[in-house]
Amino acid sequence: MSVALADGLAIEAADLLKSFKEGKGKPAVAGISLGIPLGQLTALVGPDGAGKTTLLRMVAGLMKPDAGTLVVLGINVKRDPQAVQDRISYMPQRFGLYEDLSVQENLDLYADLHGVPANVRRDRFERMLTMTDMARFTHRPAGKLSGGMKQKLGLACTLVRAPDLLLLDEPTVGVDPLSRRELWRIVQQLVDEERLSVIVSTGYMDEAERCEHVIVMNDGKMLAQGTPEALREPADRCCFVAHPPSGVLARTLQARLIDDRVNIVDAVPVGGAVRFIRAAQADDADIAALLGNERSEAVPACLEDGVMTLLHAQSAAAASSIFATPSTSVATTPEDGERPVLIEVRDLVRRFGDFVAVASTSFKVQRGEIFGLLGPNGAGKTTTFRMLCGLLPATSGFLEVAGYNLRTARAEARGRVGYVSQKFALYGNLSAVENLTFFGGAYGLQGAGLRQRIEQVLDEFDLATHQHSPSGELPGGFKQRLAMAAALLHQPDILFLDEPTSGIDPLARRAFWRRITALSEAGTTVVITTHFMEEAEYCDRIVIQDAGRLLAIGTPDEVRAQVPDAADMNTAFIGIVEQARSQKPTTEKAVA
Amino acid sequence: MRVLSHFSATLRRIAFLFRKEVLAILKDPANRVILIVPVIVQSLVFGYGATYDLNHVPYAVLNESNGEASRELIARLDGSGVFVHAASLRNESDIARVIDEGHALLVLHFASDFDSRLSSSGSAPLQLILDGRNSTTVNMAAGHLSALIAQFNAIRANATRNVVLSQVGIETRAWFNPNLESRWNIIPALIAALSMIQTLLLASLSVAREREQGTFDQLLVTPLRPMEILIGKALPSIFIGLVQASLILAVSLWWFRIPFNGSALLLYAGLALFATSCVGIGLSISALSLNMQQAMVYAFVSIMPLMLLSGLVTPITNMPWALQIVTYANPLRFAIDLVRRVYLEGAGWQDVATAFWPMAIVALVTLPIATWLFRNRLA
Amino acid sequence: MTHPDTRAIHAPSGGFWRRLRALTVKEFRQLLRDRSNLAIGVILPILLILLFGYGLSLDIRHANVAIVLEDGSPTARDVVAGLGGSDYIEPTYVLAMSDAEGLMRARQVDAIVRIPVDFSYRLAQGNATVQLVLHGTDAATAASLRAYVSAAIAGWGQRQADRAGRMGPAAGVQIIDRMWFNATNSSTWYLVPGLIVLIMTLVGGFLTSMVIAREWERGTMESLFVTPVRTLEILLAKIIPYFCVGLLGLLLCVAAALGLFALPLNGSLWVLLVSSMLYLIVALSLGLFISAAARNQFLASQIAVIATFLPALMLSGFLFDLHNVPIGIQRVASILPATYFVELAKMSFLAGDNFPLILRNWSILGVEAVVLITAAWLRTRKSLDH
Repeated sequence: MSVALADGLAIEAADLLKSFKEGKGKPAVAGISLGIPLGQLTALVGPDGAGKTTLLRMVAGLMKPDAGTLVVLGINVKRDPQAVQDRISYMPQRFGLYEDLSVQENLDLYADLHGVPANVRRDRFERMLTMTDMARFTHRPAGKLSGGMKQKLGLACTLVRAPDLLLLDEPTVGVDPLSRRELWRIVQQLVDEERLSVIVSTGYMDEAERCEHVIVMNDGKMLAQGTPEALREPADRCCFVAHPPSGVLARTLQARLIDDRVNIVDAVPVGGAVRFIRAAQADDADIAALLGNERSEAVPACLEDGVMTLLHAQSAAAASSIFATPSTSVATTPEDGERPVLIEVRDLVRRFGDFVAVASTSFKVQRGEIFGLLGPNGAGKTTTFRMLCGLLPATSGFLEVAGYNLRTARAEARGRVGYVSQKFALYGNLSAVENLTFFGGAYGLQGAGLRQRIEQVLDEFDLATHQHSPSGELPGGFKQRLAMAAALLHQPDILFLDEPTSGIDPLARRAFWRRITALSEAGTTVVITTHFMEEAEYCDRIVIQDAGRLLAIGTPDEVRAQVPDAADMNTAFIGIVEQARSQKPTTEKAVA
Repeated sequence: MRVLSHFSATLRRIAFLFRKEVLAILKDPANRVILIVPVIVQSLVFGYGATYDLNHVPYAVLNESNGEASRELIARLDGSGVFVHAASLRNESDIARVIDEGHALLVLHFASDFDSRLSSSGSAPLQLILDGRNSTTVNMAAGHLSALIAQFNAIRANATRNVVLSQVGIETRAWFNPNLESRWNIIPALIAALSMIQTLLLASLSVAREREQGTFDQLLVTPLRPMEILIGKALPSIFIGLVQASLILAVSLWWFRIPFNGSALLLYAGLALFATSCVGIGLSISALSLNMQQAMVYAFVSIMPLMLLSGLVTPITNMPWALQIVTYANPLRFAIDLVRRVYLEGAGWQDVATAFWPMAIVALVTLPIATWLFRNRLA
Repeated sequence: MTHPDTRAIHAPSGGFWRRLRALTVKEFRQLLRDRSNLAIGVILPILLILLFGYGLSLDIRHANVAIVLEDGSPTARDVVAGLGGSDYIEPTYVLAMSDAEGLMRARQVDAIVRIPVDFSYRLAQGNATVQLVLHGTDAATAASLRAYVSAAIAGWGQRQADRAGRMGPAAGVQIIDRMWFNATNSSTWYLVPGLIVLIMTLVGGFLTSMVIAREWERGTMESLFVTPVRTLEILLAKIIPYFCVGLLGLLLCVAAALGLFALPLNGSLWVLLVSSMLYLIVALSLGLFISAAARNQFLASQIAVIATFLPALMLSGFLFDLHNVPIGIQRVASILPATYFVELAKMSFLAGDNFPLILRNWSILGVEAVVLITAAWLRTRKSLDH
């Protein structure tokens, strides 16, 4: 069959239309026409709510388009979805693993459902397990795997057979850089060896950059498509790197730049400097003023720059309000001189039975710092995090948060802390205002004070437009902002954020970090975990953990310097973890 | 002073949690329906359906004698308001058919010499065949029938033999339920029993659902203490339990018109204590369960014996002694007893004090267990 | 490429049995791994068997009755003598009506029989009365007591008449009753067959009501849908394991009924088994339909309790005789599959095979099964559109 289709199109769509809620509201997919050739790796990028998932679900025959034609592998999906489903593999955003079945049983199930014969299966499983580095865990229930491992198992289940077309919906959300690299190695290998046609939606632009073809979506429409090289073009000759003056943090300069939505398209801290894209119509004098007359040098554009430029042109007006809002969520103003220590951790240990999740870890966090916890999935980050928040008692060690010892004064410490969990954890059927009222009340706010704070955070986090709709139905970015707002209502000293940017598009991430830097400037201490290594550049200091051990601690520059020739944090991170693993291979067993 | 401000802060936090819980339950339209409609429908359906009253006992007659006495006896049966003539049979082989197929619960067989023997010797046997597949109903029917026949005999004795012998009249009076309708027995019991089902399910799901949806951590990082969470979780379920009880009470009062004789305050005090003990059981289940499904299954597995050992469908006094002891741990048993006594008998505080204690003990045991489980299952 | 041939192996239509097997194995594993399933599948049936067999009874034995003999004459004593002497009534003699009322208020007696002071005198006048006061709260017990006491006292009147007429002792119409199908006249005999209905309903309706909803809630449905799996395979794979659990419950019940409670099995075993399986399939299909329609475990389990379990307990004719309920309720009962299975189960144990009845009920259950499976199937389309 693959031979017959060798020169055909994997997907051919014309004027695709799909709305929810019986046509009320904006359509999720609003008139898309495209043709995707076979045997090619295609990326689908765009902000949240752009319609990527809906498009993939229609291709997979899980949703019927309201109008338009959609032909997949030469089959009309609308008419015969099962025929398509017999030939494709699809990995949904949240792959439904059976958590009570073991890794092997999950694989067996999908192999049986796809009818992979026993002789083929043996080799295939072996290859999948080696590629995903899971051969040691075949008997472990899927529910007991770490987030990254689950994603890899999901991919392995999707790939138990070689399909004619592979659809991946954000396969690397919440996956650490090492696992991400492995995941992509698997996909790349299949494309190279089996000439597999793959469509992947992703929020990581470096992943999209690996693809032959990139489709940029926004608001249910296709904004642009082409090779990564072609899509870089809008940003060509607009990208620069500027070094902040001494004594100024890179993120301070970055904040100043990104607040100017007219002249600057995008700015991110990179390696102690700031990389930015100036708008095409930007005024040279304005740019110079922003940079404080520091000089900047031109750098070649990458795909992310191109996409950001495209999106900037689309949403310049709408986005401007999100960025430059002064924070009202801080109780204290920053102090001069030596900043007090707000979190102190000494010889912290946590065991689960024989398993050491966190081994003798010590660090201090000062007031107003942004402190990053990095590490592969299952490194002990979440365990450390949960202990800091008082959700999990430590096995041994000393733990002081906001001046309270967590052994003796948990409730008091909790009153000074805000927490945003990895998964959206507010009450889905309550509205934004109802959620905020509840959490405000739980933190002891009441009456006029509470109402005023709610007004403030609704405004600050730009939530007012959706304040009365059920929060579970809000788009991803909204939920994330609402969770932040709920955690900041009581103006905590410390804000804990567990992978807040997982599954969020680049634009929303910029806005998110702008808020964090503003909070930190005003004196709030922020402790954050992330899988986006470039986000470590926003932090004052970071730690890298693996297998429960602390591998590195210091400013991003200091950590980067530990690995010779590390161009960016991603390379440095992989270098540090791999080096530690090669020195102590026994720790490989550690998975939380 | 500090103690007082601490206390008022605690109360405020609980109030916020209570409000959130009630909102979260009631905002879902499906929940609103499921909490209100089924109790009303069930109390109506069971009010009509769950009855031991005999008013349509179908009987068949095989009258091979067909004399005056046998016909009069049959006429008395038809006039009793209990029996309904379902079939007249021709021969003995028909008996099996009408009974087997359930057309008649009992068959009267008058042998061909019935009337002649009765008039000649004054005595004649009447064969009665009963369908034992529901022995309770037919036993009661047979009781009715024998009373009817005894009366018939006495009258005949007076009439035929001209013996001036007065018969003994029975002056029957039933306390609390003049017409002995079993509905009067079952509906007040349903006030407690039906509201228990959802009180217990809601409570057992309350924590399990937050745990499954990941919101429990968010709750735990707030300054709310385990005790406050427990109370904030318990009150909405108690509240909803009382609302449901009120709905059934309304059906009982205004639809079935069963007169209420007691003190409403006492009734609600009892029901509140009962709901508290159910919530204690539910929250303990919730703390023990890993997910919603387990919570539901465990809740259900506890509801079954609670219902069956409550005296709702079978009297407690018919149970073996050991099992009667076990029922002391069943709050529903005492709630049903309390509601029936307050509702029908107009019992006062002192009369039902004995029903309060067991429920209070269940609540006092299960609520601390639930608190302890919350704290110790966190790790 | 290690296996270029892997792509050519899919045989979309031919894999029905293979896929069904894979899914069934999966369901079995999930079923066995969750201890709460065991609780409903095994522990609850055993608990219910013991409760129903030994605990619950509707038979009135030793009902406490207070007897107030205000008239101490031998005639009066003679009237009440007939009340004792059976294990039905446990008489307590008290002196004053107020004592008796106290006992009744405290619920220590269920009825009061009062022979008034002027009983003998009025008997001679020809208008004597005996007062019977019943505690009406438990109406069923009270009604039984009324019938029993009336019969006993009327019997005395008849004996008096006989004596006066100098006739033999066996005068008037004598009832010779025969209880068919229930030799011991015990409610256990009809409660235990009804119990099978309850257990089949629990396993079929309640356990399965959550299984499809769970897949929706946990997101596994989406992954399943984009495989060659057909909807019918998903449904069948869910029915099979729970069918086996139901059979286990059935065998436990039948063994207990015959072994522990010495019920007769007057019909044939195969009829009982076929009826049970048929009902089990109806219950499973109903559970699946609820699950497919609700897509939410909480809602599904609530509906299952309300739509399957409570009606099976209260309206199937298992406890309450359907002849005596209003016509509307009879209509409702006639839709319930449990009603037909209760009839079949009682027939098999107590009455013996009656093929016209068997065929009628089987075909009703069969039709219901087909309708419900179709409904579940239609409701579980492979689509994320609602």
